[in-house]
Amino acid sequence: MNAFLLQYLPIVIFFAIATVLGLGFMIAAAVMAPSAPDAEKNSAYECGFNAFDDARMKFDVRFYLVSILFIIFDLEVAFLFPWAVSLFGMPHDKMVYAFVSMMVFLGVLTVGFIYEWKKGALEWE
Amino acid sequence: MPLTAIAFYLLAIVTVVSGFMVITARNPVHSVLYLILCFFSGAGLFVLLGAEFLAMLLVVVYVGAVAVLFLFVVMMLDVDFARLREGYAQYLPLGLVVAAVLLGEMVTVSSAVANRGAAAANATPQAADLHVSNTQSIGQVLYTDYIYFFQAAGIVLLIAMIGAIVLTLRHKPSVRRQKIHEQVGRRRRDAVEVTKVGVGEGISE
Repeated sequence: MNAFLLQYLPIVIFFAIATVLGLGFMIAAAVMAPSAPDAEKNSAYECGFNAFDDARMKFDVRFYLVSILFIIFDLEVAFLFPWAVSLFGMPHDKMVYAFVSMMVFLGVLTVGFIYEWKKGALEWE
Repeated sequence: MPLTAIAFYLLAIVTVVSGFMVITARNPVHSVLYLILCFFSGAGLFVLLGAEFLAMLLVVVYVGAVAVLFLFVVMMLDVDFARLREGYAQYLPLGLVVAAVLLGEMVTVSSAVANRGAAAANATPQAADLHVSNTQSIGQVLYTDYIYFFQAAGIVLLIAMIGAIVLTLRHKPSVRRQKIHEQVGRRRRDAVEVTKVGVGEGISE
């Protein structure tokens, strides 16, 4: 086990504790809790009458739009990480080049951001 | 390194089993959740390879965003779960043929690369400088040496943004929207007027 992977030991311990806790509660509930299964307990409750239809229904397409716009800016941030980590380790002329390169990238995405702002894609009517 | 091997086999088994569950789970929402588990263990495999930036990207982009998108698609399609299962046995032979072809291709390419490809000389590519992390070594070349690909990625993201807006954004004309600058910029004298009204008289507009 090398030093690099040893850095991830806390995450492994965290996952182990989370797994033990989660499984522990589920097993404890299965073993100790009183059990009297009934189909009516799982059915949807509507006051006084039988449920008309399934609770599952179509999502509005606008949720999809919000999520796509989120992914795009998520990717933009993902591009920023290596840039921020490595920028000041570069020689000076390369550093300026990388800086300008990132500013052009951000500029292109800012054009898109202004477009979506003006179009009202960020507003919920 | 037995501990690394144990971690690899654990993650690989979880990846394969959850990938199998993605296609066999009855409920499409459960399929998406298994897909998230698959991405997570894939990220763990990347960490084992030393590619921590890719692992982070897999968690942030795929688990955080793409999985949500898949969930939306599953919910938006309004699928009838019972009808979806009907053609399962009917399409199974065709699916198996496609899977076998893909498996054959992957085995051929992998064995070819392992025998005489670039991987033969340098089986596990390492960073030249061990003090430079994976993220740093990507950053040192991505923004300068590969600037055209980087800017092309920006353009692609811009097109995706505009395309999503053009395709899905519909404003209903009947809905009144907030105009915050007009609402805040409204003055008392524009809205309120004090009028003397005599007894027994009304106000005509």
